[in-house]
Amino acid sequence: MQLDARIPSGPVEEKWTRRQFDMKLVNPANKRKYNVIVVGTGLAGGAAAATLGELGYNVQCFTFHDSPRRAHSIAAQGGINAAKNYQGDGDSIYRLFYDTVKGGDFRSREANVYRLAELSLNIIDQAVAQGVPFAREYGGLLANRSFGGAQVSRTFYARGQTGQQLLLGAYQALERQIALGTVKMHNRSEMLDVIVVDGRARGIVTRHLVTGKIEAHMADAVVLGTGGYSNVFFLSTNAMMCNVTATWRAHKRGAGFANPSFTQIHPTCIPQGGEYQSKLTLMSESLRNDGRIWVPARAGDTRPASDIPESERDYYLERLYPSFGNLSPRDIASRRAKEMVDAGHGIGDLKNGVFLDFADAIKRLGRDVVSERYGNLFEMYEKITGENPYERPMRIYPAPHYTMGGLWVDYDLETTLPGLFCIGEANFSDHGANRLGASALMQGLADGYFIAPLTVGNYLAEAPRADADASALAAQGVVKEVEARQQLLLGINGSRTVDSFHVELGRIMWNHCGMARNEAGLKKALQEIPQLREEFWENVLVPGSGASLNQSLEKAGRVADFLEFAEVMCHDALTRDESCGGHFREEHVTEEGEARRDDENFAHSAVWEFTGVGNAPVRHEEPLTFEHVPLSQRSYK
Amino acid sequence: MDLTLHVWRQAGTSAAGDFQTYKAVGINGSMSFLEMLDLVNENITREGGDPIAFEHDCREGICGSCGMVVNGIAHGPHDMTTVCQLHMRSFADGDEVWIEPFRARAFPVLKDLVVERAALDRIVQAGGYVSIRTGSAPDANATPVPKPDADRAFDAAACIGCGACVAACPNASAMLFTAAKAAHLSYLPQGQTERLGRALDMVAVHDDEGFGNCTNHGACQVVCPKGISVDYIARLNRDTIRATLGGVGSPAATAGQ
Repeated sequence: MQLDARIPSGPVEEKWTRRQFDMKLVNPANKRKYNVIVVGTGLAGGAAAATLGELGYNVQCFTFHDSPRRAHSIAAQGGINAAKNYQGDGDSIYRLFYDTVKGGDFRSREANVYRLAELSLNIIDQAVAQGVPFAREYGGLLANRSFGGAQVSRTFYARGQTGQQLLLGAYQALERQIALGTVKMHNRSEMLDVIVVDGRARGIVTRHLVTGKIEAHMADAVVLGTGGYSNVFFLSTNAMMCNVTATWRAHKRGAGFANPSFTQIHPTCIPQGGEYQSKLTLMSESLRNDGRIWVPARAGDTRPASDIPESERDYYLERLYPSFGNLSPRDIASRRAKEMVDAGHGIGDLKNGVFLDFADAIKRLGRDVVSERYGNLFEMYEKITGENPYERPMRIYPAPHYTMGGLWVDYDLETTLPGLFCIGEANFSDHGANRLGASALMQGLADGYFIAPLTVGNYLAEAPRADADASALAAQGVVKEVEARQQLLLGINGSRTVDSFHVELGRIMWNHCGMARNEAGLKKALQEIPQLREEFWENVLVPGSGASLNQSLEKAGRVADFLEFAEVMCHDALTRDESCGGHFREEHVTEEGEARRDDENFAHSAVWEFTGVGNAPVRHEEPLTFEHVPLSQRSYK
Repeated sequence: MDLTLHVWRQAGTSAAGDFQTYKAVGINGSMSFLEMLDLVNENITREGGDPIAFEHDCREGICGSCGMVVNGIAHGPHDMTTVCQLHMRSFADGDEVWIEPFRARAFPVLKDLVVERAALDRIVQAGGYVSIRTGSAPDANATPVPKPDADRAFDAAACIGCGACVAACPNASAMLFTAAKAAHLSYLPQGQTERLGRALDMVAVHDDEGFGNCTNHGACQVVCPKGISVDYIARLNRDTIRATLGGVGSPAATAGQ
C-alpha cells in the first residue's frame, strides 16, 4: 500500500491556492459526460453532490434514508467554527489552524488543517447566502459564541439546531440540482460494495430497501460521505442507522483505514437509564459555557443536589483546570467525569453521572437569557428524563459521539483506492486524535462544497476512461457476491436476534476500547470479537426475505460489518502504545493524570491494510511533521 | 407496566392491512415509545414472526424520520413532541394503544407504519431554495438581517419534514410544510428575489402531488412537533395571490414588499 499524501509544496498559507492552480480542468462542455457517484447526503455528501451538479457533472446521489434531509448531520446542535474574527477578539485563520492541530494532540496533517481553517470563511458566506438562519445580534449582524476548548468567540450557531439548518441549506441546494436534472437522487438505496475495475473505483452496488433489488451503478469516480462508526459501541449519540458498512466494504476492496481507534467520547450526554436503552442523547456542549460541572465531594453521597451545600461540592474541572475550567477539551472533560464516577462520586439512581448546574447562570443572567440560549436543549432534556433543568441540575455522562478515524485520504481527499474519494466524518483527515467542538460541521462542509468538487474534477481530467466490457464483468461479479452474502444471512435461521449481538459487541468495545484502554483489555477484546463473530454467523436470526422491506436484514448486514471492523479498531488501539487525545492508554499517563504522547515513536497516522477476515491486518505509517505548531504537551491548566 | 397494542400491519402498498394485537409486557416508564416497540419486535422476532416495520433514526426529535398515529393523534398525546421523544411514563398499566401509519393519498404505505414521503421533497424541488452557486457568496455580514426577521425565519425553518401535519389534516394538506419552507426564505433578504415565483411553484406541485388544500382547520399546528404556526399559511396565501393577480415580477406583485 503506497501512502503518498501529495501535499503541495510551498508555504502552508499558499498550498491550497497552488494546488487549485495546478489542477487539470475538465472542459465545461465535457463535464456532463462524466458520471460521479456520491454516497451519503449529510453535510459532506449533500454539499458535494449539489456542487458537482452545479459544475455540470452528471451526478448520481445515494441515501438509505427516505429523503436526503434525514442524514445524521441534522442532529448536530452546538455550532460551526469559522475564523471570521467578527468579534475582533484576535481570531485569525492561523489561530484556528493552530488550535485545531493542538486540540487534535498533534496527530493530524498541518497542510489539511490549514486549508480547513482557510475555507471556514467561505462556508459561513455560503450558508448565509443560502438562507441559513444563524443567530444574530440586535444590530442584525451575525452572533458568535465561544465553544468547547476555544478562547475566542468564533462559533456560529442557530439556537441548538445548527446541524439541521446547515443540512437544510445543503439539502435545498441539492434539491435544486435534482430539479435541474444534474443530480439523480436514489433514496432508500443502501451501498453494499464498491466495484473496482483495473485498480480503480468505478461504481457501487446498492440494495433498494423497499423492493430489495440489488443492482450495480457505474461511474467515473465515487465519493463516500457516509459518516462515522460510533455505533460500533451500540450505545452512542449517533442515529440508529449510522454504520461502518460503506467505508468498511471500501476498505475490503483496497482503501486503507486510518487511525480507527481515534474515537471521541462526548462529555455531555444524558446518562444511560436502563438495559432497554437504544441510544444515548447528546446535550450540546455549548451548555458548558454557562453550566458548572460538579459532583458531591464525599463519595457515596446520595443527597439531592439542593441539599448539598456549596462547601461539600467539588467543581472538579474548575479546580483542576483554573484557566479553562468547564470549557476544557472534550477528551479531558470526559475522562475526568469517568474518574469521578469510578471513584464513587457518581450521581443519579444508577450513580452514573455528574451534575451540570445552571443555578448560578440563572442567578447571573436571568431565566430569560438562559432560556434564549439553551431553551430547546432544556426542553429536550426534560422530555427524556422527566426532570426540569431550570430547577435541578442536569445529569450528564460521556458517550461515544464522533470518530476521528476513517478512510485514509491524501490532500485531494482521495483514498488509496484510485477514483474513490472520502469526505466528512467518514475520512480520517483533519481532527487528529481529538476533534474540537464545532469543527465537524466545518470539516464536512469544507470537504463537500469546496474541496472534493475540485479534486474529483482533477481526477476525472487525468484518469483513463473505463473499459466497458471489463466494467460490466466486474459489476456482475460484485452483485453476485452481495447477493450471496445476503442469502447467507437469511439462511442461518439461528436463535439470537441481530440486536442482541450488537449489544454484546458494544459492551466489549466500551469496556476494552472505550474511554480508557490497556494492553490486557485490548488483547481480551481481540479474543472475544472473533468468537462473537463466529457465533453471529452460526446463530443469528434474520426473519423474512430479501425481496421486500426488511429492517432486520438491513441491521444484520451492518452488524456483520461492525463485527469485522471492531477487530482492526482494537489492533490500532493496541499498537498505538501511547496516549494521545481521545486515545487514552492507561499505561501512558503523566503525573497529573493527563495523556502522555510519545512523539518519537508515534508522530504518524496508522493506516491499515485488509488481508482477509480474521487475519491480522497490516499496519502502515504516514509520518507527520510539524513545522508551524511546535510539538508540545497540551496544557489547559 | 403491561400494555395492549393494536398495530396496523400491511405487507405492502397494494396489500390490504388490518390491526394486529400484541402484548407489551414489563414496560418501564423511562423507555421511549420506540424502545417499547423495539422490545415488542425482539419478542416477535424470537417467536418467528415478522417484526413491525417503522421508520426512525436519530431518536432525538430532529431527523423527522419517525412518525405514527398513536391513539388517533400524530406523534401521540404530547405537544411539541415527536413519537421518538414520547416516553412510556405518559401511559398507565393496562392501557390499550392504537398505532397507525400517517395516512394520506400522497403518502402511500410501504409497509406497516412506514409511508413514502418523497412528495415533500418534490415540493422543495419546485422552489424551496435560494438559487446561489457554491463559492459565489458575498461576505456573510454584508447584509444585516433584523433580529426579529432572523428569528421568524428560524422558527419557520425548524420544520423537520416529518409529515405529521399531513396526517392530522382532514384534507391531507401539506400546506403547513409548504408554508414553513416559503416563510423561512421569505423573511430573509436572500429569499426575496425568487419569493413570488417560489410561492406559485411550490403550491402548484403541492396540489399536483395529491395533497388537499387548507381550510383553516388548524389540526396541523396542534400536532406539529416543532410548533410551526398556521400564520405562515396566510403569509404563503398572500404571496400566492399577489403573484397570481399581478404575475410574477410585475409591479402589482412586488408592491408593498
